[in-house]
Amino acid sequence: MDKYKLTHLKELEAESIYVLREVAAQFERPVILFSGGKDSIVVTHLAYKAFYPLKIMFPLLHIDTGHNFAETIEYRDALVKRLGLTLIVGSVQESIDTGRVKEETGYHASRNRLQTVTLLDTIEKYKFDAAIGGARRDEEKARAKERFFSHRDEFGQWNPKNQRPELWNIFNGKKNMSEHFRVFPISNWTEMDVWQYIYKESIEMPSIYFTHERKVFNRDGQWLAAESCMKLKSGEIVETKQVRCRTIGDISCTGLTLSKAESLEDIINEIAATRITERGGRADDKRSDTAMEDRKIAGYF
Amino acid sequence: MNGYLDMDLLRFTTAGSVDDGKSTLIGRLLYDSKSIFEDQLKAVEAASQRSGSEEMNLALFTDGLRSEREQGITIDVAYRYFATPKRKFIIADTPGHIQYTRNMVTGASTADLAVILIDARNGTTEQTVRHSYIASLLAIPYIIVCINKMDLVNFSEKVFENIKLKYNDIMDKLQLKNVQFIPVSAKFGDNVVDSSANMPWYAGTTLMNMLETTVTDHKTDIADMRFPVQYVIRPVSDKFHDFRGYAGRLSGGVLKKGDAVTVMPSGQHSTVAAINQCDKELDEAFTPDSITIQLTDDIDASRGDIIVGEGETPSVSQDIHIMVCWFNENPLHVNNKYIIMHATKETVAIVKNIENVVNINTLEPEPGSTTLKMNEIASIQIKTAQPLVFDSYKKNRTTGSLIFVDVNTFETLGAGMII
Repeated sequence: MDKYKLTHLKELEAESIYVLREVAAQFERPVILFSGGKDSIVVTHLAYKAFYPLKIMFPLLHIDTGHNFAETIEYRDALVKRLGLTLIVGSVQESIDTGRVKEETGYHASRNRLQTVTLLDTIEKYKFDAAIGGARRDEEKARAKERFFSHRDEFGQWNPKNQRPELWNIFNGKKNMSEHFRVFPISNWTEMDVWQYIYKESIEMPSIYFTHERKVFNRDGQWLAAESCMKLKSGEIVETKQVRCRTIGDISCTGLTLSKAESLEDIINEIAATRITERGGRADDKRSDTAMEDRKIAGYF
Repeated sequence: MNGYLDMDLLRFTTAGSVDDGKSTLIGRLLYDSKSIFEDQLKAVEAASQRSGSEEMNLALFTDGLRSEREQGITIDVAYRYFATPKRKFIIADTPGHIQYTRNMVTGASTADLAVILIDARNGTTEQTVRHSYIASLLAIPYIIVCINKMDLVNFSEKVFENIKLKYNDIMDKLQLKNVQFIPVSAKFGDNVVDSSANMPWYAGTTLMNMLETTVTDHKTDIADMRFPVQYVIRPVSDKFHDFRGYAGRLSGGVLKKGDAVTVMPSGQHSTVAAINQCDKELDEAFTPDSITIQLTDDIDASRGDIIVGEGETPSVSQDIHIMVCWFNENPLHVNNKYIIMHATKETVAIVKNIENVVNINTLEPEPGSTTLKMNEIASIQIKTAQPLVFDSYKKNRTTGSLIFVDVNTFETLGAGMII
């Protein structure tokens, strides 16, 4: 290999750090959207590296559906404490209680879609002008069309047909009052890149990414956590299995993978061998062929 | 497992007319390299059946937006990712239709290599000229010309050779170097990932093999050092009381601790005291790494300045001659003011005149008027409010490029390459 050629992980890291520094330079009130999932953990790690020895100047915003895995919340609180960050929680329960949104009913009820309202309300309340997210283009077909700096109108909406062209490394974050940007520093990373990077940087991860015993049930070929917020249909039985999360979302839409992966090496080997995409376990994407595009237009992550 | 951790990254873009089969080719690359997963496969099979297609429509792997699926065309740039044991790839899949020239320019701006598709039945067309011109304008160093749909011309060697011959004229006109040709059938997979049994006369390698082995020589070792200052890091803490770091991404050459540097445009001289990457100190760093540097002197440098190697002085001027590609429905007007974003610098510029408009189908320059319409490309003269520190685009893609931004709507209106 050429002496002066960065490896793919170094080049991706350099690009993401460049993007995060552009956010700090171009915006007044940026925030990191933190879900407790691996992608937002990597984004937070990159922000730490981008500004060191300065402390990360962005607060973390967690949109809390109230249906979280307990391990996610523990991890979140420990991280905030370790890095000395400010945590803001936008509560979907509060949006329901104040009548901003209506809870879905039925077996497939999920608070995933409701998060959009809570997210936009929180962005407006704190006057955030840039919301930094861990979305990646390889995750999903609508996300494949995203820009690094993605403009949102005053209603928080995305206009996929008329996006600002994004050339070279020039990121245009200019906007009018009450508009905002979504920024995706790890747009060009794949699931494999993320795990390789976590391994290379020895980033501590929430325990639910590794194999553990959990009470689960099977619905339409999908293993879901048997937590109190999940309503079982007749015929669905609760079993105990060795599982791990491949993505972490709200309990209601996070499919669990049967896995014995105990270490980061195991996870990387498992991903190298898998024939199912990472969001193949996400019920929220299966509602229709363009489910993600529709949610994104409305202002979803 | 460690082998995977230090792969090489290649960014490439694809260009072809509406029906040249570009999305099908990418679908084929992904499918045959086993980068398509079972659930994606099932979704595409189901969608193919719904649209009445008998065979699986490989293009559906890449067309993402609702309107693209409905119309069967690609509207916006989509990015795709795949990896082989040799390399990791980022594809900018760009629309072929003329009204989307801006997206093709966008996709080309970050590419190391372009794959240009030609329909074997039609040969080189005006579109081929246009795509090749954009590749040369955006200075993409390597080009692979894929002559596709060979299955529809009986896999004829003569057809392939004729098209190659015709393309030589385009190469001469555009002074394109590093062009490779390959006959393929994206639909059936001939010469995409696997060699074709239908074209024994073709002695060359497959497209995938070319992508894996093309050497992308960035000439980092001999390029002038360029470091646009992005952000100044000044922590207010006892531990780092005197720390003043210039954060940025190296955009040319190599930087070593102890190097003599000049801050432009002020011209102040200093020496590199330290190169930091988070809590690590480096002896040297190279393009395109993101680093933080400390200088030995307490001088005034801030966002928008460019730190350069001593004796490697770039141009500094307010009068700038550029090639511009216009992206917006509202035309560019002579005497209009625009915000200019260049490296990490932002200023305002007025358009002095439009010299020549390029006819991108014939490549002939035509006299410019006072306006430039969407998708047109022209050489123009601008005057900036503050001087820019720049190189020619041919010399440096970062310090040689800029964008036009609307002063009211803040939309990105056009892309400029400094001549």
